[in-house]
Amino acid sequence: MDGPRLTDGPHQASGSRDAGGSPWEELGAPADRWAGCPPDLEGRGDALRHIRVCDLSGQLAGAGATRLLAAFGAQVIRVEDPTNQGGWDIVRGGPPHLDERRGIEFGASFNNHNPEKLGVTLNLRTARGRELLERLIAVSDVVTENFAGGVFARMGFPYERLRELNPSIVYVSNSGFGSSGPYRDFRTWGPIVQAMSGLTFTSGLPGQPPAGWGYSYMDHMGAYTMAIAVLAALWHRDRTGEGQAVDVCTVEAGIALTGTDILERHLGGRPPRPPGTVHANRDPQMAPHGIYPARGEDRWIALACRDDDDWRRLAAEIGQPWARETTLGSAAARLTGQDALDELLGAWTAGFDAAELAARLLAAGVPASPVRSAAERIDGPRPATPDWGLWPTVEHSRIGPARVEGLPVHLSETDWSLRRGAPCLGEHNQFVFGQLLGVDDAELADLAAAGVL
Amino acid sequence: MSVRAQDPPNGAPGGSAARQDSSGGVPRGPLFGLRVLELAGEFTAYPGKLLADLGANVVVVEPPGGAATRGRAPFVEGTSHPESSISWRHYNTSKRGIVLDLATTVDSEPTGGNGDRGGDGDLGRFERLLADCDVLLEGWPAADTAALGLDPARFTRRYPSLVWTTVTPYGRAASGPDRPVTDLTLLAGAGPVLSCGYDDHALPPVRGLGGQAIHVGGSFAVAATLTALLYRTRSGRGQHVDVSVDAALNVTCELATTQYLADGQLVSRQTGRHATASPTNQTQVRAADGQYVVLGFPPRAAAQYAALVEWIDEVGLREAFPDVVLLELGVERGGVSIVSLGTDPLAQPIWDASRAAMMLLAEHLPAAEFFLGCQRRAIVAGMVASPEEAIRGPHARAREFAVELPDPHTGRVELHPGAPYRFGRTPWRISRPAPRLGEHTAALLTAGWDAGRDDG
Repeated sequence: MDGPRLTDGPHQASGSRDAGGSPWEELGAPADRWAGCPPDLEGRGDALRHIRVCDLSGQLAGAGATRLLAAFGAQVIRVEDPTNQGGWDIVRGGPPHLDERRGIEFGASFNNHNPEKLGVTLNLRTARGRELLERLIAVSDVVTENFAGGVFARMGFPYERLRELNPSIVYVSNSGFGSSGPYRDFRTWGPIVQAMSGLTFTSGLPGQPPAGWGYSYMDHMGAYTMAIAVLAALWHRDRTGEGQAVDVCTVEAGIALTGTDILERHLGGRPPRPPGTVHANRDPQMAPHGIYPARGEDRWIALACRDDDDWRRLAAEIGQPWARETTLGSAAARLTGQDALDELLGAWTAGFDAAELAARLLAAGVPASPVRSAAERIDGPRPATPDWGLWPTVEHSRIGPARVEGLPVHLSETDWSLRRGAPCLGEHNQFVFGQLLGVDDAELADLAAAGVL
Repeated sequence: MSVRAQDPPNGAPGGSAARQDSSGGVPRGPLFGLRVLELAGEFTAYPGKLLADLGANVVVVEPPGGAATRGRAPFVEGTSHPESSISWRHYNTSKRGIVLDLATTVDSEPTGGNGDRGGDGDLGRFERLLADCDVLLEGWPAADTAALGLDPARFTRRYPSLVWTTVTPYGRAASGPDRPVTDLTLLAGAGPVLSCGYDDHALPPVRGLGGQAIHVGGSFAVAATLTALLYRTRSGRGQHVDVSVDAALNVTCELATTQYLADGQLVSRQTGRHATASPTNQTQVRAADGQYVVLGFPPRAAAQYAALVEWIDEVGLREAFPDVVLLELGVERGGVSIVSLGTDPLAQPIWDASRAAMMLLAEHLPAAEFFLGCQRRAIVAGMVASPEEAIRGPHARAREFAVELPDPHTGRVELHPGAPYRFGRTPWRISRPAPRLGEHTAALLTAGWDAGRDDG
């Protein structure tokens, strides 16, 4: 048995549970990790104020996970390597940039992915650096990292060591191939994970190479998966006092996003498909179902007929003789003759502005959307989810004000908040090492001079 | 290979000795004890599955005749039987299922009250389950939940600790039945599609397959629901969680969004690689065996440049690749940093040469040999696998990733992806196949939430 032990979690629904402190608090755990901190540093979200994350993760797949926690008020402390100026995180200084300023503090993606976090530096190649990390872990609830599998253990921090330091710690490791298996030590980034997991294969047109996703979809989905792992492990800890390690393998998380394809082919006993056989814009049940040209250069409209009623409505809008053919009245016939149908439909859609035609079809009850650019969906006349507050402005201490991505959820009582930009390198060394860990000013100066911070 | 637990004692993942609970040896997931009522729908099935596979007690509520999602193709063996929709079977694992006629309630009962109007009808049965439940997960139009007596501004008076999560295309207020959507139109409108496709823009942009709009929205639904639950543990108070699938996709576009937010530039789609504001070099190559490989981020370290030089020589390609001298320069200069690309005029040619070397190697080697050759030299690369190959690949096999799930009703063995996260102490687990229509109605309505609690 490790860590404080309660009885197993309550088995009746919490509607009838007492509304007092959590079992975790009854064990003496702090209810507010921000208590006593300077007001300018304090997290604005309330939901996760009792959580401190010692965060060695970065890039997009790691930072994207702890971003969610920080937005809800968790105290996320990013630990970065001073010897390469945090350069392990390739977005820290990399493009895009807001203006002509360059350098390790000016990467816009880093600012986007790390708002509301605190930032410290620690050289973990030094004994004093490792000792400080151990002290930070001892007062944290969660440790996160997304090094390749096994790297953090080789740095001296296997789960067994973390557990010695803090018996109830939740440790979530996120890597391309996980903490075991023949590819454990291999390195990945989003497009590699997508390729290895089937997501690239299933995104393409017939007779063409795989199109892939055009961005690191699995850096996003890997981050969400990691966030869910942290939160679910905390739920268990809050009820029982038990921590644990969680291994997130993003290739496996990616395969899990192709589950219907796998099940269909397994139950049908079908052999693996060769490249170039997928038509990703089509659907097994709906026709027409595709992306068709619209008026203008590289303008497109997506539309789908879910059933025969949708087709009747679309045919009425088209109003041309071919669309009134009774042979097209059944989904089975439309699916069979889809190539010809798509040609006729594409010739019709090409005469219209994508947004205007989509609005007309939606009004008629047919699912349709222009294929929209960032300018259209963020600042266009019909922005994404109006009135959502999806693009908040944060204040970065070097960059200044910058718009970043908000969260696509709203909690009615304890909503998210993003106002402070990403931390500069070591920006919160004084607060974290001085105030939280009690290192005095003289020692801090010595640590900095010795290259530990 | 079979359904199995993965946790050794002491909370570290990856071993085989499962933790045994005190009630009969069934390993419990991290959400064991959590009660979730899910109103069956297109956007709730996936988050419901995530919660259920994590050990929550999830009951999916269907109308008489079955959920519309049971009619979703494809079907097992080409049938259209309500039990044989592939997506129903995949997205409803580990859940129990009941039938309640709530639509009649919606159509006929007065709206807006918070009093106990249910009595002995199906609405009353629903309310009794809800009163003893932690999470309500639904994606109905606002008018329909109002007809059930549920209003986000007032429901906590009656259900003070309920976390009520709504997942709809545009958020609760903006998602009416008059705005029809599909996975395709959502992905097109919210950004992902325009980044995806080919260098040749005469070809249409491409939608990634697999129901990803549902996955993205559902992931946020679960993360936000768990966040609300963690807050409830401290406060005792429930709340409403509103999830917009459109907003979720909008913040799941990476560079298309962050580039525009930073400097107003739009990215342009390219074959098999990132859509970018300025064109970039090809990264996807057809290997010697006809399969595709993907080059990763080019090497940065001197050792990687040295390994590339050695590999070029080993395969006998030095003559065919005069830029090997640039690779050697990369070794001499101690590698190439990202930041130096903008400031050092020699950094970019060295960086480009490493990519060219990898492409040449890829064309001369079978895909798997190239992938393994790169990775064993600490150079990032991958190969493009179909899902059916990926789940049976050497790494997934070694990690016993796939789950073979017997369905006692049909005798079939279903194949499902395994754990997206391996909890050392409280293992993820598919505890049962998708419920048959009304399979657990009698048990749940007779014995309440405790019915069969520990058998799954």
